[in-house]
Amino acid sequence: MGSTKNDQQVHQAWFKCEKCGNIIYYREFKEVLDICQSCSYHYPLTPQRWIDCIFDEDSFEELDRQIASVDILGFAEQINYSNKLRELRSKFEQNDAIITGTVELDSQTAYVGITDSRFLMGSMGSVVGEKISRIFEYAHDAGCPVITITTSGGGARMHEGAISLMQMVKTSQAVRKYRSNGGLYISILANPTMAGVMASFAALGDIIIAEPKALIGFTGPRVIEQTIKQSLPPGFQTSEFMLQHGFVDMIVERKGMRSMLTKLVDYLWL
Amino acid sequence: MAIDPAKSLKELETPIIELEKRLNDLLEFSKRTGVNLDDKIRQLEDEIKFVVRGIYSKLTPWQRVQLARHPNRPETTDYIRLIFDDFIELKGDRYFADDPACACGLAKIGDLKLFLIGQRKGSTMEARLKYNFGSMHPEGYRKALRKMEIAEKFGLPVISFVNTPGAYPGIGAEERGQAWAIAENIFEMSDIKIPHLSIIIGEGGSGGALGICVADKLSILENAYLSVISPEGCAAILWKDSSKADLAANMLKLVPEELRKLGIIDDIIQEPAGGAHRNPSKMGEILKNYIVSTIKHLQSIPLDKLLERRWEKYRNIGKFIEEESAVAGLY
Repeated sequence: MGSTKNDQQVHQAWFKCEKCGNIIYYREFKEVLDICQSCSYHYPLTPQRWIDCIFDEDSFEELDRQIASVDILGFAEQINYSNKLRELRSKFEQNDAIITGTVELDSQTAYVGITDSRFLMGSMGSVVGEKISRIFEYAHDAGCPVITITTSGGGARMHEGAISLMQMVKTSQAVRKYRSNGGLYISILANPTMAGVMASFAALGDIIIAEPKALIGFTGPRVIEQTIKQSLPPGFQTSEFMLQHGFVDMIVERKGMRSMLTKLVDYLWL
Repeated sequence: MAIDPAKSLKELETPIIELEKRLNDLLEFSKRTGVNLDDKIRQLEDEIKFVVRGIYSKLTPWQRVQLARHPNRPETTDYIRLIFDDFIELKGDRYFADDPACACGLAKIGDLKLFLIGQRKGSTMEARLKYNFGSMHPEGYRKALRKMEIAEKFGLPVISFVNTPGAYPGIGAEERGQAWAIAENIFEMSDIKIPHLSIIIGEGGSGGALGICVADKLSILENAYLSVISPEGCAAILWKDSSKADLAANMLKLVPEELRKLGIIDDIIQEPAGGAHRNPSKMGEILKNYIVSTIKHLQSIPLDKLLERRWEKYRNIGKFIEEESAVAGLY
């Protein structure tokens, strides 16, 4: 993924855009929130970077960072889930594929949950399910809006078997309880948001915003192609496609995200 | 008897089919000629029983997945005939189409009025094509939800039969918001104000199953499965080789006993010896009794308590530890 590449690129002054090949100067790239100025490809952001890009400076306070996955199924023999987890935890200094906490948005407190595509493709297992459920519960108690940002190509995490599948129910019912008690939930779909994550909490926002050109859908494009044995039309399963078919409220570029969120919260919450 | 884990279910079943053919030949011969072969016939029947028990009680998870997909396995259309005294199908999602992959309607067992939602696969090739092999489109999920709301309004308990390889992966399905349809169903089912019993009768294929099975009780037939991903799909991702599906099936812990240990499945319903396909009418009878007693039990629980229990069950599924040690501190 782009973000991993970006880590390697930190020490370089410039690199070639992976979409259009244009030369991008690293310092400029960071100033424009990791967007190629030539083709406007939005590079995936880490949760920390999302927080820096959107919310009030230094306002983030992390919650529940101590929650960690365990190898429920004993996947040990073949792929060693425990080792994989340990490796990813120390590499990214976080326990799983999500960061949750509180932020200020123009001084209004909100609860956020941001998935991380670097960590097993942002897939949802027990930890993502629990932390998402908790922010809706906290936000209900505190009377605050909830914002999630998803970059989850992996959907429900297969390493935790049917337990992962059930996290779709756990998170969806948490959204239901929160929303039916008057809570405001804004779901931001970043690149990519697919499968079990898309088919649960990410689809259940009062307002759903997509980043430009993100891959959004249920079944991955390769699986669809193999099933129907034909190639997919251009633009299939993009944000623009989902907007056209009525499944997202709007597409917002990264640099306009903060101001749009502020306006929405102002209209609907304040 | 030792079972070869590498053998497909079809290979394992070959000796049984041969024995049964011999039995039929004997019966026919005895009938035609009037020769008394009762001893021989009884002996062969016992042998078949013995072989059946030996084979089916020791299947590997992958062989059981094949049993869940067995072409002769009874499915929703069979159970509608075998279990219910009456069935009035209600079609259409009122927006786009009727999805034949999911049957919805009013059903009766004796005096017990129910609302049935069932993923159907069909038993002939023609029916399988019509029912899209049990893979639903968004309009199917929307139909199921709309009908469940009718059940809720008029106080009919819901019984759902799950049997799908997964939600359909196609262009139209994505255009019409497959992910949104499933999410909305889960969202609404978690709080629908009527008892709901869901039974996995064959394949519980991931999100496609979940779209109709958020219930007060989630039960499963002995040779059915529920999985986050198909064993073939899992093997293709892990080892780039879908023929290692047997390994994936082991790891995914998708068989009923494992699912119950994980707190996902409430009851495991025993099948007749050798699996439901060997005696569909007996399977129907077992299911009928189970449905009647379970629905009556769910109906006896006050609604607020029922909803609380449903919510609690799903709130508590998940395993994790809460420890600081793994993290170095981000901010």
